Amino acid sequence: MAQLNASLRPAPAPPPEPIPVTLNVNGVERTLHLAPWTTLLDALRLHLDLTGTKKGCDHGQCGACTVLVDGRRINACLTLAAMQDGRKVTTIEGLTTGDSLHPLQEAFIEHDAFQCGYCTPGQICSAAGLIAEGKATTDDEIRELMSGNLCRCGAYPNIVAAIRQAMAIAGPKAEGAP
Amino acid sequence: MRSFTYARAGSAADAVGRAGATGMAFVAGGTNLLDLMKADVLRPEGLVDISRLPLDRIEETADGGLRLGALARNADTAYDDRVQTRYPMLSMAILAGASAQLRNMATNGGNLLQRTRCYYFYDTATPCNKREPGSGCGAIGGVNRIHAILGASDRCIAVHPSDLCVALAALDAVVQVTGPEGERSIPFAEFHRLPGDRPEIDTTLQPGDLVTSIDLPAKGFAEHSTYLKIRDRASYAFALVSVAAGLEMDGGTVREARLALGGVAHKPWRDPEAEAALVGKPATPDSFRAAARVLLRDAKGHEHNSFKIDLAERAIVRALTDAAERKGAPRP
Ligand SMILES: Cc1cc2nc3c(=O)[nH]c(=O)nc-3n(C[C@H](O)[C@H](O)[C@H](O)COP(=O)(O)OP(=O)(O)OC[C@H]3O[C@@H](n4cnc5c(N)ncnc54)[C@H](O)[C@@H]3O)c2cc1C
Ligand code: SF4
Ligand code: FES
Ligand code: FES
Repeated sequence: MAQLNASLRPAPAPPPEPIPVTLNVNGVERTLHLAPWTTLLDALRLHLDLTGTKKGCDHGQCGACTVLVDGRRINACLTLAAMQDGRKVTTIEGLTTGDSLHPLQEAFIEHDAFQCGYCTPGQICSAAGLIAEGKATTDDEIRELMSGNLCRCGAYPNIVAAIRQAMAIAGPKAEGAP
Repeated sequence: MRSFTYARAGSAADAVGRAGATGMAFVAGGTNLLDLMKADVLRPEGLVDISRLPLDRIEETADGGLRLGALARNADTAYDDRVQTRYPMLSMAILAGASAQLRNMATNGGNLLQRTRCYYFYDTATPCNKREPGSGCGAIGGVNRIHAILGASDRCIAVHPSDLCVALAALDAVVQVTGPEGERSIPFAEFHRLPGDRPEIDTTLQPGDLVTSIDLPAKGFAEHSTYLKIRDRASYAFALVSVAAGLEMDGGTVREARLALGGVAHKPWRDPEAEAALVGKPATPDSFRAAARVLLRDAKGHEHNSFKIDLAERAIVRALTDAAERKGAPRP
């Protein structure tokens, strides 16, 4: 067995000073002092206790960590919190107004658009971004522009139906429409 | 991730100055760099955040072309009206890549500099000459389904994973750079390099060089062009083979042709002989196939990727057919 003695390795550099990071999260200004390598996802989950946003792969491949930054959907696992300093972050917790659910949340319940629910916060935030972008009009376009959100339970047909409803597009018209 | 320092660049000159120190790396969208840092493949000591530099605009150039800011997001580039109408193959290529979320984050400059998706490059437990020069190549004699069929070396058979870059190669884009030695322009064909005996070097950029923009010449082949991407699933996967094709037609005859392939080599692959073989020929599957065979004349497969040679031939014929039939032309 090779030497695994930690004393043989070079001493690690002292950790850099925490960086002050101010985020407007769901309408509330929050200032944190974070190590530079803290991702936006870890800042939300570990430092702000907003655990609605999920960590699936941590590598940009599954979409479970999707949040809106200044209204645009991104993967919170592939950006540093420090890079988003000063910006507005909306998570699944911020989509409700008071006690009323967001139309997408209503539609996901109505269409049974989940099983385990792990991908759901990411799906809903991604769908909110998709609707704001305004590029999808057909079911195929919804599928294509939601392809960054994987669902291990395979609830895809119901997810598309829920998004279509929230977009207020009639089903038969959306299917194969030009 | 390992520990590192973080600083935001105040200007392009500041960014270049800071990145000159050893162990520093620019971060733009972060979608490739942070991924590789989490995998412990890249270990910078400090990040210089360039994402807020005012290099995010898309502007007209004096010669009738378009200047794409290095920090413009991939999504904003793909959906820009001028890009969609004048350079539709570029818009198609970007939208064929990654996911909507990633395209909202990824910048044009970062896309050029993304690293290969070779499995061994990502797996620090295996040898890889690109990650650790001299350690060997895991893919040669290993699992090599996604690897190169053109321009590879006995040190590395990795492919460049970008879609955007394939269209930029076909369009003869020019990369504008500012660095410790000043400013310079790099023709797209000279930006990425073949692995040779230095597979750890992907591009001709020097340490501290900052990409500021990517310039498109006026000619966009908007009437007859397309981007065709073949992959293992319908969306959200890297290309096995992709083709950017642009034609200028005289009736049914090809007057000028551009053809670039992705997923087949260490850089977007262009072949002047294959393009010349199309000129003056009728736009038929036979002449397209003949050109494809010229392009693939030196193609060499490995144990798991020889299928790419046939796939590339068929993809070229299909893409050129679509381009000739105006399939990729902008919607009126
Ligand atoms: C799950 C997944 C799927 C993907 N699928 C695709 C796909 O199908 N097709 C595709 O083309 N891409 C795909 N990508 C890759 C994605 O497009 C790239 O990660 C992205 O374009 C990189 O841009 P960035 O701004 O995030 O770069 P960063 O990660 O910030 O930087 C990447 C590299 O570029 C350097 N850099 C950045 N900007 C500059 C500059 N201006 N000057 C000099 N150096 C610079 C950085 O130092 C770093 O080395 C995928 C990525 C993921 C995670
Ligand atoms: S193909 Fe290149 S990147 Fe992949 S293992 Fe071999 S040397 Fe590394
Ligand atoms: S956790 Fe971010 S994409 Fe999977
Ligand atoms: S509902 Fe279980 S992963 Fe989508």
